[in-house]
Amino acid sequence: MAPVLEVSGLSTVFHTRAGLVRAVQDVSFSVEAGETLAIVGESGCGKTMTALSLMRLIPSPPGEIVAGSVKVAGTDLLQLDEPAMRKMRGSQIAMIFQEPMTALNPLLTVGRQIAEMVSLHENVSRRAADARAVEMLRHVRIPAPERRAKEYPHQMSGGMRQRAMIAMALVCRPKVLIADEPTTALDVTIQAQVLELIGDLRRELGTAVVLITHDLGVVAETADRMIVMYAGRKVEEGTTQELFAHPNHPYLQGLLASVPKFGAGEGTRLREIPGIVPALNNLPQGCAFAPRCSAAVAKCQQAIPPLETKRPGHMAACWVS
Amino acid sequence: MTDALYYARRYPLGVIGALILIVFVLTAIFAGVVAPMDPLTTNARASLAPPSHIYWIGADMMGRDMLSRMIHGARISLAVALGATCIGSGLGAMLGLASGYLGGWFDLIVQRIAEIMQSLPLLVMALVITASLGPSLTNTIIAIAIPLIPNVARVIRANVLSLRELNYVEAARAIGMGRARIALVHIFPNTLAPLIVLATAQLGSTILTEASLSFLGLGVPEPYPSWGRMLSESAAEYIHSAPWLVIFPGLAISMVVFGANLFGDALRDILDPRQGD
Amino acid sequence: MLLDVTDLRKTFPARTGLFGNVIDHVHAVDGVSFSIAEGRTLGLVGESGCGKSTVGRAILRLIEPSSGAIRFEGNDIVGLPADRMRELRRRMQIVFQDPYSSLNPRKRAGDIVAEPLLVHGIANAAERRDMTLAIFAKVGLQPRQMGLFPHQFSGGQRQRISIARALALGPRFIVADEPVSALDVSVQAQVINLLMDLQARDGLSYLFISHNLAVVEHVSHDVAVMYLGRIVEHTDKSTIFARPLHPYTKALMAAVPVADPSVRRDKAHVMGDVPSPIDRPKGCHFHPRCPLAEPRCRIEEPLLREVRPGHRVACHLAA
Repeated sequence: MAPVLEVSGLSTVFHTRAGLVRAVQDVSFSVEAGETLAIVGESGCGKTMTALSLMRLIPSPPGEIVAGSVKVAGTDLLQLDEPAMRKMRGSQIAMIFQEPMTALNPLLTVGRQIAEMVSLHENVSRRAADARAVEMLRHVRIPAPERRAKEYPHQMSGGMRQRAMIAMALVCRPKVLIADEPTTALDVTIQAQVLELIGDLRRELGTAVVLITHDLGVVAETADRMIVMYAGRKVEEGTTQELFAHPNHPYLQGLLASVPKFGAGEGTRLREIPGIVPALNNLPQGCAFAPRCSAAVAKCQQAIPPLETKRPGHMAACWVS
Repeated sequence: MTDALYYARRYPLGVIGALILIVFVLTAIFAGVVAPMDPLTTNARASLAPPSHIYWIGADMMGRDMLSRMIHGARISLAVALGATCIGSGLGAMLGLASGYLGGWFDLIVQRIAEIMQSLPLLVMALVITASLGPSLTNTIIAIAIPLIPNVARVIRANVLSLRELNYVEAARAIGMGRARIALVHIFPNTLAPLIVLATAQLGSTILTEASLSFLGLGVPEPYPSWGRMLSESAAEYIHSAPWLVIFPGLAISMVVFGANLFGDALRDILDPRQGD
Repeated sequence: MLLDVTDLRKTFPARTGLFGNVIDHVHAVDGVSFSIAEGRTLGLVGESGCGKSTVGRAILRLIEPSSGAIRFEGNDIVGLPADRMRELRRRMQIVFQDPYSSLNPRKRAGDIVAEPLLVHGIANAAERRDMTLAIFAKVGLQPRQMGLFPHQFSGGQRQRISIARALALGPRFIVADEPVSALDVSVQAQVINLLMDLQARDGLSYLFISHNLAVVEHVSHDVAVMYLGRIVEHTDKSTIFARPLHPYTKALMAAVPVADPSVRRDKAHVMGDVPSPIDRPKGCHFHPRCPLAEPRCRIEEPLLREVRPGHRVACHLAA
């Protein structure tokens, strides 16, 4: 099957007073219809900037996408002019955010906002758009959708708002859904509901999902494939099963060992990754992870390791492993 | 000294602002030495004389040298502007701090009084105060300072209300710190940024309020010159026939306000450790 | 017992009328009892709004409890006058979740950590500096970092400063309110290890408040689960994770995503949202979301009772 989303060589920088910040460097990946790809990393690793670059929502200036292509069903989004890009957002590629309260307009009812989305992309009557909104709210399993459609965002709980956000993102059946930490602000019981909902909708609608998260548990439960980012670069890629079973890059190995295992019983000492994530305007020469890496050798400090196939369907960028 | 040089390089606009203020303040202090003529001596023949080599920036209707009047006027204008702004902002900040941090009845009473004061125009309130205190420099400063208090108090109070909820204030309570000390050590320094912005913004309006009061005979008594009065006395009558009577006092007021704003912005940044490195 | 909390309650006014009269109450904490022994950690878990943070703050009297008793080292601290309370604050401290708002941005790290010593008039300036240096070393900060401001530290290092401040007065008990929730995964481990090392060395007791069950399982000796202001289950760590009895505890555990893709668990999720703490369901507060609810759950409030030695559950159906 041909991938619906093909990103290649994406590089995004920010021009700041403190110098050039390389937020995303030469990132490539692709996602097929109905597949979930997780982008994993810690704060400052560039995962959110990658997501915003896909949507072309990088604040510019100071941000700038300097290289690469983002193809959705063959169309390179980076070549489109702004009106054409606006047409793509929502109809071809949509995004949901961590905090739905800030992403929804507090002065419009939830139903109206979803209907707006429909009217924007399809030539339908207002009544038809409203009906689509109610139907979509039912689809995301909001109880009593007719009544809920008339409510304002503040009248809903966090979980409900995130469902409404998902309804709004998917009402025009985009081919790609980007979910940026969609459950981080939610309680665990609600998180489980929302993740399951995203998974079900993906199967029903054949949406390609790019899930951005720092939570390895969420990745393990929902993603088919994953890429690991560190300091703006992709350092590892493969199927979720493969990466959890055979993490190759010392960073992913460290991450997996530093998380307390639920159900592990007696607490052994957690493995720490020493130090902190480097500043993106002041990256070390060579491998960005080398200063924190216990396996680093002289070569790691000199040259950036290329992505290589380490095992079938498993790529990593490390000189040592 | 190295600190001063460091800041000077980092905040060039702040340095310009500071220089402007210093020049004006020095001029005011040494007015008697700097002024070429006596500001009160009239000369009928020089009435409304345009700028020339004798009267550098012209003379007023009574033939008094404008430059000398401006230099002496700086004393009153700056005393009023700096004095009223400092007193008003200082008292306002203290009230706002106490009101926001203590809350309860004290807060309720302070806020209601502030609302009543704010419902009256600044000038009207200043008028009432000077009318009851009598015209003099000190009374003018007091009369202009008092109406500033409620504005400052409300802004600072709102700021304190949000700061009060921060964890570091809770942490200070958890280590057993007293209320007064928390207010002074942890809350007040973090209200400095809005306070400085507010104070510099008010500096200009205090000079103009003084002008209005003087114009109505309730400010600093005649014949002592102030920029505000020079401006307000001549604006309507002479703007066409003798524009220098209007332009130069106006320019001086603008310069002080401009200098104070530049300096205030730099000061705010210097006092904020997050702006460093 | 180092700390004994009995029937702790805290209500907040939710809505006030025209004349400041209170119309509705939020029952943030509604009759919570537990105790913590020397050198032990009680993990307090629950979802947002369950009252777990309020419990932590009420124990330190950062929030005044509405009623109940809090015995610390044998003395009831509820209603203790300010000067006696100030003395006690040397032995009970708190570490907050947000490493950004918990440090005054205008104070240097060294001054932040030395401040408790200053407030309590301990030692002169030179001695305080030495003590601060020692605490810095204890939490893994460099002496040269004493002169830096909070914004010059990363989140994990800021959390170390917070811990250092809490340690300055040599406390025996620390409330850790979501201390690692705002940190990156790789840094979480550093802070968890630090807290556990300090406990092993100094015999500290913790009330560890968290929504993250994996972290709680890792650090706690005992675990209490809260739902809408009440403890619904409370026992030792291994029992609660191996044999949870309350349906809510079971639901919480089922909902935790496991970082192992080979584990595919049955997804028996609880339905719906947490109800509002102003208008809690009658009977068992959990019954509208409970898959096992019976008619009496809707009417009769289950009491927290000991079903096995040391295992307390508030459920009619638990046996």
